[in-house]
Amino acid sequence: MVASISVASEAHLEYVLRIADSSLILGHRLSEWCGHGPVLEEDIALTNVALDLIGQARSLYAYGGALESKGRGEDQFAFERNESEFRNVTIVELPNGDYGFTIMRNFLFTAFQGELWAALQGSAESQLSEIARKSLTETRYHVQHASDWVIRLGDGTDESHARMQRALDALWPYTAEFFSASEIDDADAGPAWSMLESGWLSAVRPVLDVATLQIPAPTSFLSRGKEGIHSEHLTALLAEMQYLQRAYPNCGW
Amino acid sequence: MDRKEWPLWEVFIRSRNGLDHKHCGSVHAADASMALKNARDVFTRRMEGVSVWVVRAGDIVASDPDAKPEMFDPAEDKIYRHPTFYTLPDEVNHM
Repeated sequence: MVASISVASEAHLEYVLRIADSSLILGHRLSEWCGHGPVLEEDIALTNVALDLIGQARSLYAYGGALESKGRGEDQFAFERNESEFRNVTIVELPNGDYGFTIMRNFLFTAFQGELWAALQGSAESQLSEIARKSLTETRYHVQHASDWVIRLGDGTDESHARMQRALDALWPYTAEFFSASEIDDADAGPAWSMLESGWLSAVRPVLDVATLQIPAPTSFLSRGKEGIHSEHLTALLAEMQYLQRAYPNCGW
Repeated sequence: MDRKEWPLWEVFIRSRNGLDHKHCGSVHAADASMALKNARDVFTRRMEGVSVWVVRAGDIVASDPDAKPEMFDPAEDKIYRHPTFYTLPDEVNHM
């Protein structure tokens, strides 16, 4: 175990940070709904999902910190890195929009996480496969929650259908990033993300069909958050998320 | 504005295998499957349960609070209905 950690490549850490950062940033976005959900029950449901995602990020940061052996832990990864050091996919940093947009993003992204965790369960790194095993249970519920709402709203009233289609049209181009090729994909940590595309498509397509929503035509747009090139929205998000640690370094609470 | 409320569902949770489901509160939901998920999210956040029942509040037939005297008072002076009223032979354990 110790030996495998000391030879771990930088790509291996990057691979882990991509997953961890994506969970953390979406968790933060969902936490913004706290107290603003459309009904009390949904408010609690979304904050439950947020806490699960932040928990996944914490486990992965602890694991990544041990890989790196430079004394960085979850707080350093979350609160002491700048925008360009974050490796999350761009879709998770976009502002929440309306409830339909938030739900559609949860659906598209957590369905991707489902494929990823399932594949990572077979990782040779026992700690990573254990994190994947635990996270998969959480993600299954997140996908179920989001799918239910995608169907309810997509196949709902004219207004809710139009909003869900708008959300899908806006978000779909960002899903190309999930599967775009990257040199980090050569890491031993887990599968190349491009391998997960067909599984993801067969997970999301039936739900979108039942929801009577149309998958938009592919475009050449490709976001690059997982390489550290982000939208302008991440800056504002980090300013809020990191404020306390930046203003009072090493404070505890 | 016309505000349409979702119906109310009563939530029953079984905390461990072998125990009974206990009433623990209510949630609003549009249908049964949403009620189950809402109940899970609202009431099992702290490992309270291994099983959840939901039932539409309107489907519960309840006794009338105003009829409490005639429903329950007659039992008050009949303590012999409690098994503790009788002395048990020593040979009978674990009653």
